[in-house]
Amino acid sequence: MKSYVLQRLVYLVFLLWMVSVVTFVVIQLPPGDYLSTYISRLEQAGEDLSDEEVDNLRRQYGLDLPIFLRYFKWIGQVVNGDFGFSFDWQQPVRDIIGERLALTFTIAILSALFTYAVAIPIGIYSATHQYSLGDYVVSIIGFIGLAIPNFMLALMLLYSAWSSYELNLMGLFSPEFVSAPWSLARIGDLLLHLPIPIVVIGTGGTAGLIRVLRGTLLDELNKQYVITARSKGVGEVKLLFKYPVRVALNPIISSLAWLFPSLISGGTITAIVLGLPTAGPMLYRALITQDTFLTATLLMFVTILTVIGTTVSDILLVVVDPRIRMERAAS
Amino acid sequence: MLQRLGIRRGESQSATTQFDESYYLASQWQLVWRKFRRHRLAMFSLVVIAFLYSFALFAEFYSINDHQQRHVKYAKAPPHTLYFVDEEGAFHIIPFIYELKQELDMDTLQRNYTEIKSKRYSLKFFVEGKPYRLLGLIDTNIHLVGVDEPAVYFPFGTDELGRDLFSRTMHAARISLSIGFLGVVISFCLGCLIGGISGYFGGTVDLVIQRVIEFIISIPQIPLWMALAAALPPQWSSIQVYFGITIVLATIGWTTLARAVRGKLLELREADFVMAARISNMGDFDIIIKHLLPSFASFLIVVLSLSVPGMILAETALSFLEIGIRPPAVSWGVLLQDAQNIRSLSQSPWLLIPGLFVIVTVLAFNFLGDGLRDAADPYKQ
Repeated sequence: MKSYVLQRLVYLVFLLWMVSVVTFVVIQLPPGDYLSTYISRLEQAGEDLSDEEVDNLRRQYGLDLPIFLRYFKWIGQVVNGDFGFSFDWQQPVRDIIGERLALTFTIAILSALFTYAVAIPIGIYSATHQYSLGDYVVSIIGFIGLAIPNFMLALMLLYSAWSSYELNLMGLFSPEFVSAPWSLARIGDLLLHLPIPIVVIGTGGTAGLIRVLRGTLLDELNKQYVITARSKGVGEVKLLFKYPVRVALNPIISSLAWLFPSLISGGTITAIVLGLPTAGPMLYRALITQDTFLTATLLMFVTILTVIGTTVSDILLVVVDPRIRMERAAS
Repeated sequence: MLQRLGIRRGESQSATTQFDESYYLASQWQLVWRKFRRHRLAMFSLVVIAFLYSFALFAEFYSINDHQQRHVKYAKAPPHTLYFVDEEGAFHIIPFIYELKQELDMDTLQRNYTEIKSKRYSLKFFVEGKPYRLLGLIDTNIHLVGVDEPAVYFPFGTDELGRDLFSRTMHAARISLSIGFLGVVISFCLGCLIGGISGYFGGTVDLVIQRVIEFIISIPQIPLWMALAAALPPQWSSIQVYFGITIVLATIGWTTLARAVRGKLLELREADFVMAARISNMGDFDIIIKHLLPSFASFLIVVLSLSVPGMILAETALSFLEIGIRPPAVSWGVLLQDAQNIRSLSQSPWLLIPGLFVIVTVLAFNFLGDGLRDAADPYKQ
């Protein structure tokens, strides 16, 4: 067990390094470097740069170095907590991303909780009531949830809130609360705005989870031990929750590994449509304005968060399911 | 309950009666088709998908108006209502529409449209209209539906510039549906190659490839897609952007396919029938062609049909965010750009109609994949 956790942690370090390489490659892809964007913006603002100043800037940002040296220079700064300067926001990247990442993470976790809270009861219901009307209704809703693009669902919910209650639920706060200090009223306002993003982001994964849970539970329910227990007179409820449900929940835990990336991923577009103050819209804007350091940092952190989430879920699965440990010990 | 039992018994009876001579003589593909036909939802989805692709192929034929033409008189016009019963209460077998008249509300500065009940136009089928070249081969000017001039028919209404949303949706099907298909083909080639290498060589190569795949899967797709799509040069032509986006989608989409291919390859390699063929002194090449490929092909078709929707959704999302397909090229995502905020939605909710096509397509491909999955192994009862 300990050695497995250790092994996963070593692998995690390797993954984090891969993340940094991929991020670096991605930000090198756009044609023209960020300095030329920056210079053209300065020129638009009326400032004139001499060739010497341009050369100085190039050297300062290490653009005269070959690509792998540039990578080491960049990663060296990142490790020291210096993520560079955002041209667009005119602030160091470090100062502007903290709150956004925290909110992104919070919304992803809340969406995951929502997903489980909805998927587990429904999955158990539709497995125990196979081919009943409720099973069909749930399956159809699940399929539709799977098929609706996140942003469309967001738009439709916004539209219905607007047309029936005159509520504008864009963003996480109403305009008067955006920069207000925390108070009960502000929390209430937040609670009013939270459900739409959480429901929208959670829906996609919910449908998939219901299907997985229903399938595994159906398999379990047909097994001999269930029949044996029933023949011995164990009550239906106890029979259901004592073993089959527990076994069927295992894939749910392993699903955290893909659920988390998909929540962050789906959250990006939803956040852009809803105008949430999370990492998604910021990344989008940074991509459009070619704000390289901000893009790199956001992309890296979003990925790091998911990679850590994946690792945690893998370790959790071994903790919960003893059979995996047995297999490892045997091999 | 009784009814359901009855149906199920009926099914099992027909299943046993099917076990006649023809069942044992049927080839594998015939068996697959038989089983697939019994999956009604999948059959229905197949028809829906055929229709959708016919929109893409014959977009000009289905189009009522030129999809880029701006009808200034009808900007933001709502969809026409089709009527069967006229003002006098008489029933018409061929539906008709009323001409729309624009009025500017001086208070809100919004355009309101009212129907002119005196001007009635029946729909006409197979009418002559703007000439086009069908499939790029046949010159013709026949369109499926039309109305007499001066009326114009907008089944889905118009956008802000007065362009016919219906015709635009038909044309958009071209890019949206083909990008899903092409993207899957490319990721399929990549997936088969890399998954095949991984499954065939095993050992260290397999380990490294699997770790890389795990890594790619754990990256949140959409941010990465966004970053790659935003990297496409702005001066690229529509065609270049189209292929660029397809490649961007495929570079991340191949991982699941590669995993599936590898898993199946490992499973098949150990299968009894492969062992049997080997014992009966069959050559490697013959085993691959006669045994592995057929059992693999049906499996691959399933995986492919299940990966198309993801691609279509991704393209829609990217284009919606204006970093995918760029106007004047149209895809369903491009059309949805117009519906980006509540204001335009509350004024013209019909702008979401292209989204319904996305939903229907994704659903149809999912059901088709489910049906194919059941049918892919026709010997399993």
